[in-house]
Amino acid sequence: MYGSWVLTALLAWPLIAGALVLLIPARLAKYVALAASLVEFALSVPLWWTFVPDGGMQFMADQPWIAAWGIHFTVGLDGISLFLVLLTTFLMPLSILGSWSYITKRETGFYTLLLVLTTGMIGVFVALDLFLFYVMWEVMLIPMYFIIGVWGGDNRLYAAIKFFIYTFLGSLLMLVAILVLYLHAGQASGVYSFGYAHLLSNAKDLGSVAWWLFGAFFLAFAIKVPLFPLHTWLPDAHVEAPTAGSVILAGILLKMGTYGFLRFALPFFPAVALNQTVQLIIVVLSLIGIIYGGLVAMVQPDFKKLIAYSSVAHLGFVMLGIWALTLQSVQGALLIMINHGISTGALFFLVGMIYERRHSRLLEAYGGIARVVPLFAAILTIVSLSSIALPGTNGFVGEFLVLIGSFRTYPIATALATTGVIVAAAYLLTALQRVIYNPLANPENEKLTDLTPREITVLVPLVVLILWIGIYPKPFLERMEPTSRALIEQLRPGAALTAGQP
Amino acid sequence: MRLDPSIYPDLLLSLLPELVLTGWSLVVLLFVAWRHSTVRDLRITGWLTLLALVSTAVATWWLWWNSASVQGQVSMIAADDFRWVATWVFLGAAALTVLISFAYLEREQLLAPEYYVLLIFGTLGMMVMAAGADLMVIFLGLELMSVAVYVLAGIDRRRARSAEAALKYFLLGAFASGFLLYGIALVYGATGTTNLGLIGGQVSLMGQPSVMLLAGLALLIVGFAFKIAAVPFHMWAPDVYDGAPTPVTAFMATGVKAAAFAALLRVMNQAFGQVPAWHEILWWLAVITMIGGNLFALGQRSLKRMLAYSSVAHAGYLLVAVSAGGSTGTSAFLVYVIAYTLMSLGAFAVLTAKGRGGESDVLIDDLSGLAARRPWLAFALAICMLSLLGFPGTAGFIGKWYILIAATSAGQNTLAAILVLTSVVSAGYYLPVIMAMYMKPEPNETAHLDVCLDRWGRSAVTAVVVGLLLFGVWPNRLFDLARSAVETVQPTAKTTVTPP
Repeated sequence: MYGSWVLTALLAWPLIAGALVLLIPARLAKYVALAASLVEFALSVPLWWTFVPDGGMQFMADQPWIAAWGIHFTVGLDGISLFLVLLTTFLMPLSILGSWSYITKRETGFYTLLLVLTTGMIGVFVALDLFLFYVMWEVMLIPMYFIIGVWGGDNRLYAAIKFFIYTFLGSLLMLVAILVLYLHAGQASGVYSFGYAHLLSNAKDLGSVAWWLFGAFFLAFAIKVPLFPLHTWLPDAHVEAPTAGSVILAGILLKMGTYGFLRFALPFFPAVALNQTVQLIIVVLSLIGIIYGGLVAMVQPDFKKLIAYSSVAHLGFVMLGIWALTLQSVQGALLIMINHGISTGALFFLVGMIYERRHSRLLEAYGGIARVVPLFAAILTIVSLSSIALPGTNGFVGEFLVLIGSFRTYPIATALATTGVIVAAAYLLTALQRVIYNPLANPENEKLTDLTPREITVLVPLVVLILWIGIYPKPFLERMEPTSRALIEQLRPGAALTAGQP
Repeated sequence: MRLDPSIYPDLLLSLLPELVLTGWSLVVLLFVAWRHSTVRDLRITGWLTLLALVSTAVATWWLWWNSASVQGQVSMIAADDFRWVATWVFLGAAALTVLISFAYLEREQLLAPEYYVLLIFGTLGMMVMAAGADLMVIFLGLELMSVAVYVLAGIDRRRARSAEAALKYFLLGAFASGFLLYGIALVYGATGTTNLGLIGGQVSLMGQPSVMLLAGLALLIVGFAFKIAAVPFHMWAPDVYDGAPTPVTAFMATGVKAAAFAALLRVMNQAFGQVPAWHEILWWLAVITMIGGNLFALGQRSLKRMLAYSSVAHAGYLLVAVSAGGSTGTSAFLVYVIAYTLMSLGAFAVLTAKGRGGESDVLIDDLSGLAARRPWLAFALAICMLSLLGFPGTAGFIGKWYILIAATSAGQNTLAAILVLTSVVSAGYYLPVIMAMYMKPEPNETAHLDVCLDRWGRSAVTAVVVGLLLFGVWPNRLFDLARSAVETVQPTAKTTVTPP
């Protein structure tokens, strides 16, 4: 049965392929890695059709691992994780193809790490045992640390260690929280297990401890999102990472934070999460993220840094949508998570491609290149517009849903967040103008070559998705709706019923 | 198999591993007296030592297999699973030390086969410490171990650093022994016995512990704290670890520390189970050791000194397990000690490959670009560093996780939080090693050409890395062993919580 082994296979295959890459000659590494990631994608695609929207947790697999502590290898998929897993398997082949000519040294190591990273990321999204989740959460840290530190830009060592220590700090406190939760549920029920369902149903009546535990989970996830003011690692990491690293960081790693809120922090500690003050703080921080991220992006001379700050703003929308807790806002948040992976991923690819040609990421180094590289300019325009959330692109659907959903709960905050959309237009359109329009002043830019077939192959799937979600998001929304509804129902009984189908 | 210590053959049987190793030590000593001039003699001595260690391990295994135990409370020798596991840890540490010593001694022209004899005596002392159910036996073991290790630290007679290390270690070690002995005397004065079980009985009769007993307890803890290098009794550790020949440092940082911990744990649990004060003392000791060790290590640029301070920090983590107490604390201690022994020895082993003459001069930055030239060596060191950091997938993580469970189940969430926060600090000095090896360029083409281990050093490092990864992913066997070992050392169940 496909359903019973697919998630295990998705986790195991990249590791096997990674080991294979280590064994073969370095010049073949990227071919094997690409083939492996395509196999991985092909394995995951049937999930889209076989997924039953109303079916709750699906594709479950459960094996005892460390019996002494009640640790199991438990994986499963629902409407939240389905898209994140598909996004991961979808972005990986593109990232490998996008690194084709960018990575020139130590290729074996690079592609092995990318494959190991795939396992870690998918593991985070499908783990239904908190020990497994924690292990996966940390495991993906090391490949990313190496990808930034070995193949990154000039300031890579600083960026790598900053990225590592920020994430490590948050996750270790989460580890203690997981343990406390485990012991609490064990005392309450007499069964010691790290299983998600077990902890969810037994870790109740935590009293004041819940605040500390929520705080620990919050810190781990908020660093990853990143929520203002914990975002400072992000611009460094994004800018220094090689293209594939930036794409994966923005496209998938950031989503682990928001996923963590949806999967763990909210359901485990509803009393704390729904506390007025906590909500207010988080909404205000998200709002600051949206506006501050946008404003800072506006003044960046470096294109990559600009995109990095725009991520802070986008993820602010996601947090707002999650915390508004209406059906539309949560669905919108889920959709932005996907959209951001696609659009920002595409932007990082594009910046990486132009960087390979000119070895500069500064906006002022370009200008008027639309005439020289029309295809590049066209795709950059489409992707930028989707990032701005222009109607007809995927960005619009997500942000619109978040805004109408959140308006019900937080009218003022939502009104302020709307300015974030305007700010986004301001910085991205300005950047667009400075890069591809304006007079062609720099003679070096006249020699630029347009996109190669390989680069077009990387970008076309992304553009197709941008338009697909923008025009016909129903297949996406209907798959995430029951899970979102269940989540809201669980936290705020009755709230989901009043919210109709968007 | 029940052994009655009042019957002579039974007593001897309960000391079988120690007797086997003593016999071997005489054999090796005689061999050394007869042949001690060439490199070949040195090799043969090393092999004999390995044989001695293996046969002792087998003897221990035999006793374990027959589940030997001692009848009655009054025995000077404990025969329990805790002792067997601890003994295996010491023997393993000694065996790995022998493997990395082969090439080291030849390279550094330390053609002194007595080295191996001292190693055996040191190991013997450790085993006696873990076996002692009486303060006097523990003290005997401690002295046997310490005297052997004092000499080992100074075995490189031509280097002033080594001599300095030996002298410093000797003076401060003598101090520590004094404290310990004074503590034993006071405890004897308060209870009229030195037997751990009898002390425990006396203490529970006493109700409120007397001042003399508490003073004795405090002095005992100070004495042990010196040996395990807990802050603020750690002052000797960096200089001694730095100055001693690297294999000896590895042996001190793992074996000696584990032995002192094993004795501490047994004394506290069996004799002072009814005196809650020691939990609090060790709580504070753990906190300042973790904070101090990690912060001091952060400032080090020399790899060997960094590892020295990191071993202080790890003493802090182990103290958390001991302080948490209970059966979970004890098994957490055993698991962590095994993991720590492996990873620490692995790191020192790689250091012996890099150092030429003076390992203490090897800066972390001197490892720059090692991964490109010696990928496997760099990989091994990286795994050791990640394990020391407590990263998932390695034994170090499993150990730390167990300690955290022990601490939280004993209700010490603050201690657990401090442990993880100081672990974050430790990333600040473990990661630069990985960073230097993988992310910085080689200073010049020849920088790492002479970095290599011989066959035996390689096999030791391979064993360590395989062990770390295996226990990191599949620790079930390790747990079974550790959990079976604690039932015997725990006369009273302190914690109300019994996690699985």
